[in-house]
Amino acid sequence: MAGREFFNTETSILNTKNLQAGFFIGGKFYPAIEDINIEIKPGKVVCVVGESGSGKSVTALSIMSLLPKENGSIQEGEILFEGRNLVDLSQDDMNEIRGKDIGMIFQEPMTSLNPVFTIGFQVQEVLLNHLSISKSEARERSIQLLRQVGISRPEEIVDEYPHQLSGGMRQRVMIAMAIANNPKLLIADEPTTALDVTIQAQILELIKEIQKKMNMAVMLITHDLGVVAEMADEIIVMYAGQIVEQSDTYSIFYNPKHPYLKLLLQSIPRLDENRERLDSIKGIVPSLTNIDRTGCRFTDRCPEAKDECRQISPQLAELGGGHKVRCLLYKESYPTEKAVTNR
Amino acid sequence: MLTYTLRRIAVMIPIMILLSMVVFSLAKMMPGDALSGRIDPTNSSPEYISAMKEKLGYNDPVHIQYLRWMNDILHGDFGNSFIHKMPVSQLIGLRVYNTLFLTLLALFFTYIFAFIMGMYAGKHPYTLGDNMIATYNYLGFALPSFFAGLMAIYLFALKLQWVPASGSIGTGVDVNTIAFYVSKLKHTILPALVLGMLSTAGYTQFLRNDIIESSRKDYVRTARAKGTSESIIYNKHILRNSIIPIVTFLGFDIGGLLGGAVITETIFTYPGIGSLFIDSLTNRDYSVVMTITMMLSIMTLIGNLIADLLYGVVDPRIRLD
Ligand SMILES: Nc1ncnc2c1ncn2[C@@H]1O[C@H](COP(=O)(O)OP(=O)(O)OP(=O)(O)O)[C@@H](O)[C@H]1O
Ligand code: SF4
Ligand SMILES: [Mg+2]
Repeated sequence: MAGREFFNTETSILNTKNLQAGFFIGGKFYPAIEDINIEIKPGKVVCVVGESGSGKSVTALSIMSLLPKENGSIQEGEILFEGRNLVDLSQDDMNEIRGKDIGMIFQEPMTSLNPVFTIGFQVQEVLLNHLSISKSEARERSIQLLRQVGISRPEEIVDEYPHQLSGGMRQRVMIAMAIANNPKLLIADEPTTALDVTIQAQILELIKEIQKKMNMAVMLITHDLGVVAEMADEIIVMYAGQIVEQSDTYSIFYNPKHPYLKLLLQSIPRLDENRERLDSIKGIVPSLTNIDRTGCRFTDRCPEAKDECRQISPQLAELGGGHKVRCLLYKESYPTEKAVTNR
Repeated sequence: MLTYTLRRIAVMIPIMILLSMVVFSLAKMMPGDALSGRIDPTNSSPEYISAMKEKLGYNDPVHIQYLRWMNDILHGDFGNSFIHKMPVSQLIGLRVYNTLFLTLLALFFTYIFAFIMGMYAGKHPYTLGDNMIATYNYLGFALPSFFAGLMAIYLFALKLQWVPASGSIGTGVDVNTIAFYVSKLKHTILPALVLGMLSTAGYTQFLRNDIIESSRKDYVRTARAKGTSESIIYNKHILRNSIIPIVTFLGFDIGGLLGGAVITETIFTYPGIGSLFIDSLTNRDYSVVMTITMMLSIMTLIGNLIADLLYGVVDPRIRLD
C-alpha cells in the first residue's frame, strides 16, 4: 500500500495539499475553501460537485492563480503541478503555464470573450503567447482548432466578433482556446451551466471526446451530478468550502455516505420518472461571512444530524478503498487528538 | 455606413432650416440693427434713414427678409460686418485658423494628458500616484478657466516672460516664415495648455474609472488564463474597450472646435472666433453674430454625426445601417 501511495504522488499531474483560500471582506479574512486535497492523475477526469457557493470556482481559480487581486488570496497549502508549487510562482511564471500546460474554460460564455476582438484574434493569442509561430500560421491553426471543436464555417467565424455567435458557439471557442496548446490539465468550471439543455449535452460530449483523443487530465466542475456520471473517474463533493465526500464514480452513485450527497443524488431528475423530483435540498449554503466554523457545516440542513454535530468538526476520513467522507455518522470522521488541537 | 451617413445628413437639413429660423428671429428681436450701428442717428436726416431702410430691405415682410438672408447665405454671402467694414466671410476666415490652431492644440493636450494619467491611475488604483492624479482632477473641475487663465498669464507671461500675454502673432513677422510659425506657437501654447489641462480632468477620471471597471470583466480573466502578460492585458484588451466612450467624446469635441474656447480667447485677447463672437454681440454686429451662431450649430450637428460614426468604427457591436 505504501508503495502505491508513493507511486501515485510521483505521477500525479496536480496535487493540492491542505489548500486554503478566501477573501478579505471588511479587513477580515474569510476562507472560502479549506483543507482542500485534490489529486489528479494524467488522463483522468475528476469532477467537483456542490451547490452554488460551495467553493468550486475558488478552488479552480486558486489553481490558476486567478483569484481577484483586490481581495482574494491563498493563505495556506500547496498546489503541486508536475511537482512544482504554483503558490510560489510569480504571475510571469504562471503566464508560462496558463494557456499552455493548464487550460481553463469558464462558467460564463457570454462574457468570457473580449467583445472588441475577432474570434480569430482571441484564439491566435493563446497560440502566439506560447509558441514561436507566425501570425498566418497561428491563423491557420485557429481555423483548425475551431473546426476541431465543431464550429462550421471556421474560415468565416475567425473574422467574426463574439456578439455574432450563440452561447454554445462561444463556449466552443473557449474550449478551442483552452485546448489550443495541448494542455496536460483542462479545468472546466461549469462549462454548460449557462447553456440550453440540448447544447449542454453537446458541449459535454465535445469535452469528453477531446479528453479521450488528447488523453488530457480534466477537472470538471459542476453543480449537477447527473451530467458527470459517464465521464468522471473520480468525484469530489464540496459543501461550504470543504470536501465532504470523495470517491470513484461508482461508489459515489451506488454507495453514497454523506447525507448531503444522498440528498444531491435524490434531486437528480430521472428520465424514467413521471414525477417532478427537482425539489432541491431545503435551505441554502451559508454565505462566506456566515459559515459557523465549529461543528459540521451541514447541521442546519441535515436530516440525520445529531446533537454533537454542532460541537464536533468532522474530519475527512478514509473509509477504505479510497472512499473518503466528512460526517460524524462514521466513527472515522471523529477528530483525532492532533486535529482537535489544530483547530 | 455610407447610407447611414447620407441618411443622417438628410435628417440634418430640416434641423438646420429650423435653426436658421430661430437664429434669424432672435437677431430680429434684438434691439437695433446693422443700420443703426452704422450711422449716427442724431446726425442723419430721417429721410436718409428711411431711404437706407428701404434700400436694405428692412421694410419688407419678415419672411421675405428671411428668404433673402437664406438665399444670400446659400450663395456664400454672409453680409458685411459694419464694425470691421468687411464681408463677414472674410472676417471669419481670418479668425477661424487662429481658433482651430488653438482648440486643436488644446485638444491634443487634453487627450495626451488624459491617456497618460488615466491609464496610469486605472492600472494602479488607490495608490499614491492615483490619489495625486485625483487631486489634480478635482483642481481641474474646481478652477474656473478665467482664474486659471489669469494665473497662467501672471506667472508665465508677466513674471517668467516665457510667452506673450495676449494676441496670436508678434508684430513685424512676415507671413509663412519660420519666425511666423514660431511666433504663432508662442502665442497659442499658453491658452492651449490652460484649456487642455483644465478639460483633461474629466477625461482622465472617466478613463481611469472605465479601466478599473474593465479590468474586472470576465474577458480579462480569460486573457490571463491564456497566459497573456499584464501589460498586454492593459494596453490591448482593456484599453481597446475603454477607448470606445472616449472616442465618442472626440466626436463631440470636434463639434465644439470653433466654440470651445470663447472664455479662453477672451482672457488671452486671442483673435479667434470666440472673442469675435463676444465682441460682435456687444457691438450688435448682427450679421457676424448670426453667421457664427449658424456655424457653431452646424458644427455641433456634424460633431454628433462624427461621434456616432466613430462609435460604429471602434465598437464592432454597433452596426450603422
Ligand atoms: N470576489 C469575491 N469576494 C468575496 N467573496 C467571494 C468572491 N468570489 C466568491 N466569493 C464567495 O466565496 C464562496 C465560494 O464561491 P464560489 O464562486 O467558489 O462558488 P461556486 O461553488 O463556484 O458556486 P457557483 O456554482 O455559483 O459557481 C461564496 O460564498 C462566494 O460568495
Ligand atoms: S456530521 Fe452530522 S450534521 Fe453533518 S452531515 Fe453528518 S450527520 Fe449530518
Ligand atoms: Mg462557480
